[in-house]
Amino acid sequence: MFTAFLIKYAEIAIKGKNRHLFEDALIHQIKYALKKVDGKFFISKTQGRIFVEAQSEFDYDETIDALQHVFGIVGICPMIYVPEEGFEKLKEVVVKYIDDVYADKNMSFKVHCRRIDKNYPIESMEVNARLGEVLLDTYPEMHVDVHEPEMVLNVEIREKIYIYSTVIPGPGGMPVGTGGKAMLLLSGGIDSPVAGYMISKRGVKIDAVYFHAPPYTSERAKQKVVDLARLVSKYTGPIYLHVINFTDIQLYIHEKCPHEELTIIMRRYMMRIAETIAKQTGCLGLITGESIGQVASQTMNSLIATNEVCELPVYRPLIGFDKEEIVVVSKKINTFETSILPFEDCCTIFVAKHPVTKPNLNVIRKHEHNLDEKIEELVQTALETDELIIVE
Amino acid sequence: MEAYLDNSATTRVFPEVAELAVKIMCEDYGNPSSLHMKGVESENYLRYARETLAKLLKVNAKEIFFTSGGTESDNLALIGCAMANNRRGKHIITTQVEHAAVRKTCEYLESQGFEVTYLPVDNTGRISLEDLQNAMRPDTILVSIMYINNEIGAVQPIAEAGSLIKKLNPNTLFHVDAVQGFGKVRIYPKKMGIDLMAVSSHKIHGPKGVGLLYVNEKVKIQPILFGGGQQMNLRSGTDNVPGAACMAKAAELLYAHFDEDIQRLYELKRYFVEGVRKLENVKVNGLLPGEDEITGTAPHIVSVSVYGVRAEVLLHTLEEKGIYVSAGSACSSHKPQPSATLKAIGADSKQLESTIRFSFSVYTTREELDYTLAEMYDKIPILRRYARK
Repeated sequence: MFTAFLIKYAEIAIKGKNRHLFEDALIHQIKYALKKVDGKFFISKTQGRIFVEAQSEFDYDETIDALQHVFGIVGICPMIYVPEEGFEKLKEVVVKYIDDVYADKNMSFKVHCRRIDKNYPIESMEVNARLGEVLLDTYPEMHVDVHEPEMVLNVEIREKIYIYSTVIPGPGGMPVGTGGKAMLLLSGGIDSPVAGYMISKRGVKIDAVYFHAPPYTSERAKQKVVDLARLVSKYTGPIYLHVINFTDIQLYIHEKCPHEELTIIMRRYMMRIAETIAKQTGCLGLITGESIGQVASQTMNSLIATNEVCELPVYRPLIGFDKEEIVVVSKKINTFETSILPFEDCCTIFVAKHPVTKPNLNVIRKHEHNLDEKIEELVQTALETDELIIVE
Repeated sequence: MEAYLDNSATTRVFPEVAELAVKIMCEDYGNPSSLHMKGVESENYLRYARETLAKLLKVNAKEIFFTSGGTESDNLALIGCAMANNRRGKHIITTQVEHAAVRKTCEYLESQGFEVTYLPVDNTGRISLEDLQNAMRPDTILVSIMYINNEIGAVQPIAEAGSLIKKLNPNTLFHVDAVQGFGKVRIYPKKMGIDLMAVSSHKIHGPKGVGLLYVNEKVKIQPILFGGGQQMNLRSGTDNVPGAACMAKAAELLYAHFDEDIQRLYELKRYFVEGVRKLENVKVNGLLPGEDEITGTAPHIVSVSVYGVRAEVLLHTLEEKGIYVSAGSACSSHKPQPSATLKAIGADSKQLESTIRFSFSVYTTREELDYTLAEMYDKIPILRRYARK
């Protein structure tokens, strides 16, 4: 029965001159999200409202699902237009609307009219009263509660008149594209997709880098990362995924450096490579899924060691999250099932039984000098292996 | 060069078989249940399939039932017989090294009130007849033993087991999972005391999605699928005509030079095992002691533990050169799923994580094996240098 949706977004964030940028980005993202939905849609904006109108038959559930993946949307209100045929017609439509939407009418309600078009002959208070009256007459089970109603029937009178009464929550946040771009270090675990999702939610476009280490990691492990990127891209839009062959660097570190420091030194090189690509592609920061103390390489001491090799800010949105909290988000964004597929990733293949948890920066730097002979060349070679996969 | 050495996972379809599939799918596509000409035509294919396979097994055509593959055949045999015979008893005997299609089905039957004895195996993967004899009880309704183990190629003493079972209790049914055995050893159920036998098509160069269950006409069994009543009510569902005909065609082609092929496979196996043994610190699993160490095992499976190299890493290393093998126990550092077979033959954890399987077919050549061995000689010492410390 619904043919259109009113899109609500956080208005506080968009005061002033930036408002149209925000709205245009949101419309762009809505269009992108609806491309995969069965049906044709027309998207328009007027005075602080964005409307999605169906112009053909469409799949309601798919549409809602697509809109719930667009950052910046706070609420989605399925609505119907009322033909301009006078107040009697409005009453008739409202009565039918309630019958269609609410099987059980035993509920409290109020009517909330906004009369933007001041040429409309009846004032909003009176619209409220008269529509309330007809509902009470038609459906004796309904009763009015203006303070805490279970249902609010919104009637907006603009160029067109429309009514809605349900608000389906959106993901919130800011439209992707309003906050610049950042490079996500995507591993295939539970955390990094969630980290990407969270930063993207603040309007940031995401690129990603994945380090693979054939033959120690398999083609399936790589496919898993592509699949994860695809799931995240449902929220973020297309992701440029850079796949870097890390095997030779890893083996070289394995050969030259103390085994307990392998993971830390390896991560330092991953950060360096990620930053190089980030700078080349116009990213303004790096994103990791690190959380303090989760593993040896994520203690505060270890983070000093991995942080110092980067100039760009490293965003770590999960830094204060417990694993359980991360899992909750990963289930919400549907990446959990894929994340727990048992393929070896490059961080675990050579991991020491007792890796350092409090690396001394000077010691790490000193041991890194063991690599001086070949490492520059190996990093360069690794950068040349960059395989770009556009995931959407 | 490419060397496909994972033929126990699946095999390349014979070209003649693929051609037959196209013909049946595009021209003779009728449903054998239809009354018209198209139906009769396709029924002829089904008859050809049944008669051909029956002849190769020396059984009656009406004792052949087509299924969706090895798994369904095992399920039908075990569940169908357990349910139909549960008034006589609720005891079932099987082994610790069965394929999941049997093992999991037995676990299901345990949950339904049946009692299952799992026979142990020695370090070559074989059960002992003495254990079998001791496990047999008056209420044993079914014994299920695989012919050839899919992981290490151990061959079970099926004929001996068959006659022992029938001697101890003629009412006990004997099911054999011959998914790896059919086409590798000559199997004649009626001479071996086998009452039911599962065979899969895609392990013998036929298409996937089809298999058969041999059911001796005297066996009391009930269906596990219900519907249109095809195949004498035991296996409802529209007959998979191309599947059945192609499976028969593949078997026919395989049996055309059976003995030469098997002899050649044994030669290849012997050659490969010798080659593998030139590596340091490796173990070839499942071979017998003494003279028939090779010929007493499956002709097409070689299980090798390469100590100090994780199976998955070796697998991917070989893959880079177009050599396709299988990891004895698929695992990762996150979720080890050690193989039941390897554990049953007494493999320790080091061996479990470093075992790979090579499996041959009639397409396998000595050049492919040389190529594979050369790659192993080359890469294994390097891989060993980079072990987890």
